[in-house]
Amino acid sequence: MSLVEIIFWFLSGLALISAIMVLLSKNPVHSVLWLIAVFFAISGHYILLNAQFLAIVNLIVYAGAIMVLFLFVIMLMNQNAETEPRSKSTWIKLAGAIAGGCLLIVVVAAVRDSENLIQNIGGKAYAKTAVTTHGEIGLIENLGRVLFTQYVVPFEISSVLFLSAMVGAVVIGKKD
Amino acid sequence: MPIHYYIILAATLFCIGVIGVLTRRNAIIVFMCVELMLNAVNLMLVAFSKLHYGTYLKNGAMGASGIDGQMFVFFIMVVAAAEVSVGLAIIVMMYRNVHSVDINFLNRLKN
Repeated sequence: MSLVEIIFWFLSGLALISAIMVLLSKNPVHSVLWLIAVFFAISGHYILLNAQFLAIVNLIVYAGAIMVLFLFVIMLMNQNAETEPRSKSTWIKLAGAIAGGCLLIVVVAAVRDSENLIQNIGGKAYAKTAVTTHGEIGLIENLGRVLFTQYVVPFEISSVLFLSAMVGAVVIGKKD
Repeated sequence: MPIHYYIILAATLFCIGVIGVLTRRNAIIVFMCVELMLNAVNLMLVAFSKLHYGTYLKNGAMGASGIDGQMFVFFIMVVAAAEVSVGLAIIVMMYRNVHSVDINFLNRLKN
């Protein structure tokens, strides 16, 4: 087992366990902290795929900015394990878990045998692989060049989107 | 790494998010599960971007193939940040009106 595989399995286990703990925590603050662990694991996956710019942006934007916003809102509302709304029946939880599990089965079964993901090497079929630990496309130099040439119009439109979101948040949150 | 591992990991994370949206009743946690689903899709996009990079590299094409997937991830993060600011403002306004974040209170929009 190579070092890349060990890191992959460790990060995958960390992501899955943390994601399940987001659901199981009674206290919303604990849910936020477990979600930050999920984001760190996903950033680790990005670094493993050599997408360094996205790894840093994921940490700064998601784990840094968005989760702090969630924590502020939770503390503003004084949420804790006692104020957590209780589900009336366990049947709804069971139905939700079964529905999500069925979705997982359908997605995995649909993708697993896809011929687009199989490659032939010397007459034998292998699964296609994602290039890990090397590759230039995730570096900020190449991403920045594409962002400011090919994708410059969506980039400018996203600035308008941010402005409208900022104005919208202030208008909605204003006390009148 | 084989692409199947990334597909199964991202699909599992996405389905955990779906289960959270279906079962939890706290509006903030439902919102966090939506973020989890967005991140699962981001991971899938980056993995497929590197898959296409490897495929084109083997055929001797240009070295920047597959960069579009990572651009999409960047724009998804931009949209998610805008969405969170508006969504949390809506949740704060709802808490101010009904003094609860239970999503079952939202059926008062009916009348």
